[in-house]
Amino acid sequence: MRISIVASSVFVAAMLGSSAAFAAAAAPQGDAAKGKANFERVGCWQCHGHQGQGGNAGARIADPVPLAWPAFLAWVRTTSGDMPPYTEKVLATSDLVDIYAYLQSVPKTPDYKTIPLLQQSATR
Amino acid sequence: MARKNTGVDRRKFLAGAAITGATTAIPAGIGARAQTAAQQPTAAFVRRPSTAAAEAEMAGNVTPSPGTLSGPPGSDFMVDVLKSLDIDFVFSNPASSCRGIHESIVNYGGNKKPEFVTCMHEESAVAMTHGYYKVAGKPAAALCHGTVGLQHAAMAVYNAWCDRAASFVMVGNRADAATREPGVPTIHAVQDPGSLIRDFTKWDDNPQSLQHFAESAVRAYKIAMTPPHEPVLMVLEEKLQENAMEKGDKPLVIPKLNLVSPPAGDPNAVREAAQLLAMADNPVIVADRVARTPAGIKHLVELAETLNAPVIDQLGRMNMPNNHHLYQLGGALIAQADVIVGLELTDFWGTVNKMDDSYAGEQRLRIKPGTKLISIGVGDLYIRANYQDFERYQPVDIAIGADAEATLPMLTEYVRQAIPADRRAMIAARGEKAKKGQAAARDRNLAAAAANAWDASPISSARYSAEIWNQIKNENWALVSRDSSLSNWPHRLWNFDQHHQFIGGPGGAGIGYGLPAAVGASFAHKAAGGRLCVNIQNDGDSMYAPGALWTAAHHKVPMLTLMWNNRAYHQEIMHLQRMANWRQRDVSTAHVGTTIWDPYVNYAKLAEALGHVGIGPITDPKELGPAVKRGIEAVKMGEPVLIDVVCQPR
Repeated sequence: MRISIVASSVFVAAMLGSSAAFAAAAAPQGDAAKGKANFERVGCWQCHGHQGQGGNAGARIADPVPLAWPAFLAWVRTTSGDMPPYTEKVLATSDLVDIYAYLQSVPKTPDYKTIPLLQQSATR
Repeated sequence: MARKNTGVDRRKFLAGAAITGATTAIPAGIGARAQTAAQQPTAAFVRRPSTAAAEAEMAGNVTPSPGTLSGPPGSDFMVDVLKSLDIDFVFSNPASSCRGIHESIVNYGGNKKPEFVTCMHEESAVAMTHGYYKVAGKPAAALCHGTVGLQHAAMAVYNAWCDRAASFVMVGNRADAATREPGVPTIHAVQDPGSLIRDFTKWDDNPQSLQHFAESAVRAYKIAMTPPHEPVLMVLEEKLQENAMEKGDKPLVIPKLNLVSPPAGDPNAVREAAQLLAMADNPVIVADRVARTPAGIKHLVELAETLNAPVIDQLGRMNMPNNHHLYQLGGALIAQADVIVGLELTDFWGTVNKMDDSYAGEQRLRIKPGTKLISIGVGDLYIRANYQDFERYQPVDIAIGADAEATLPMLTEYVRQAIPADRRAMIAARGEKAKKGQAAARDRNLAAAAANAWDASPISSARYSAEIWNQIKNENWALVSRDSSLSNWPHRLWNFDQHHQFIGGPGGAGIGYGLPAAVGASFAHKAAGGRLCVNIQNDGDSMYAPGALWTAAHHKVPMLTLMWNNRAYHQEIMHLQRMANWRQRDVSTAHVGTTIWDPYVNYAKLAEALGHVGIGPITDPKELGPAVKRGIEAVKMGEPVLIDVVCQPR
């Protein structure tokens, strides 16, 4: 994701009318289980992976979620790069809140030094 | 259909050959063997099983039985020509227009060098030559039926063309309408077979005599192996194959093959490039299809170490050891460069520019203003108009039309000469910084692997790659596929340091390449001494022509195929989703027409049906390591193995 979008997120959030209330809140309460279903339904997983881990087609967006809610909302709504924008018509803000909750619920990544397979690769 | 009995008298034929001289005049079989031995002193002498029978036959006057040939068929001579070119394999789906040479390969040639390899699709046959070339470093032949067979083969020829891979494609045809049977043989005949694929073959010919065939076959091979290496096409006229050799006093001659030395760059231009690189503060080397041979790796490393410049590997070939401190995967350093030298880049424009797949199609330059660009490659020497594989036009400061591998030693030497004494400490410091940075980068990489949904099911790309590496790292292994579909995690976790360990991608991005190319590469690895061939196989690609698995089983080519089974054409899902997003319509329908579920394909059972050991589907990451271990044990017993692994999308 691009820094310019993050920087302009407050402005963008303010422009989103009914979404402004969400933008004002630091982290709206969502339903992670519903969010996971939404994440699959609207295809976030296609580029970002089922756990939001990212890959060569999309950035890592979980553990940690890289954006605070207002910036996240703005990014999803207005991104104009390889990721297509998800408008309110395509993805309701309430559903996006649940997705945000799901991404926050993804278990924390283990330290690679505790994973024997990766320790072996460390000395390759 | 009538067959003219135009056999030459064998005594006369051999006598004429002897007079002309042993090195140029070629009685069928004998001269070809002599030439092969002369060209390749280390190659095994290939005994032709039918030699004794032929000589015995010639000991007395032979009156041909009605309905039989009076002398050896023309396709026997064609086999001699193939032997002279040291063609090891003819990958083919059998067909009537090729029946003459097919029989000659088997009975006259003894089915060795070349060996007839049974394929289940012409596209697979050509893709096998493609994979074979990238390991063996020389062409194999693909033999296709006229019209329909060549139409099947066309996409694979295009892939080889884009990937600069030499392939010796042959197609059978009967041009003479008056001697064709009606019905299918005529439907399958064509005036100009080469026209079908001429846009993406380097040369083709339709020989009208056996002598014509010999000269054109040697020329075709030579052209295919002159950089840029590309596929060529030879038409095998049915009458030439099937009729007895033509009468005439002139002996048939197989010309001596001398390959063209790869063109090195103009010294003045190379010196100018060296000057720019020597004076650069942040030089960057970008490599695509550089290392044609193991020497290419050595030359590239020497240039990189002379400059202490990072090398961005675009993975067209096995260009550089990925554990070298100057090795880079990904193009982030492009933005910091003041001089960029692109080596055999197919897409220089795409290297220094970015274009989003957005509705606006935004473009931006990825380099700083004033960055100097140098290109070294054969792309400037050879181009066609119709197919757009040459990518967008990128102006550069110095364009050196030459083979990069052949030019690198000169460039490195000129760089050494051009580096002033007062810059040597700075360049050395650049190398030390890179060494220190390598450890930190590796640490970040491993942390990213752990963060890549390590324990998830479906299995993540990093976990998948780490589990395989743990099982193969002490073997003499080779990856016979690309790894871009799993976010290049093998290149991020494994040690690639031998030229044979990686073969790049399909070139033309035509789906259906992966499986047969892996089989073809495995043929070459088997011949090279039985390396453990690991094929990471995309599920969608495998279903284009799964019969390639049968070819591996039938010809006892052990290989370990691990399905990268994400149960979809994932790129296409993203495209469909993108369209819906732009149009503000339902994105949840993106699976329609793009997914491979309902039902899931059981690849293990499919592989079993095609003569493989089938394992899986594996969905739990903890089960993957033991499954790979079991698979390797079976491969070592000579079995081809397929393990179905259900994976994350990327």
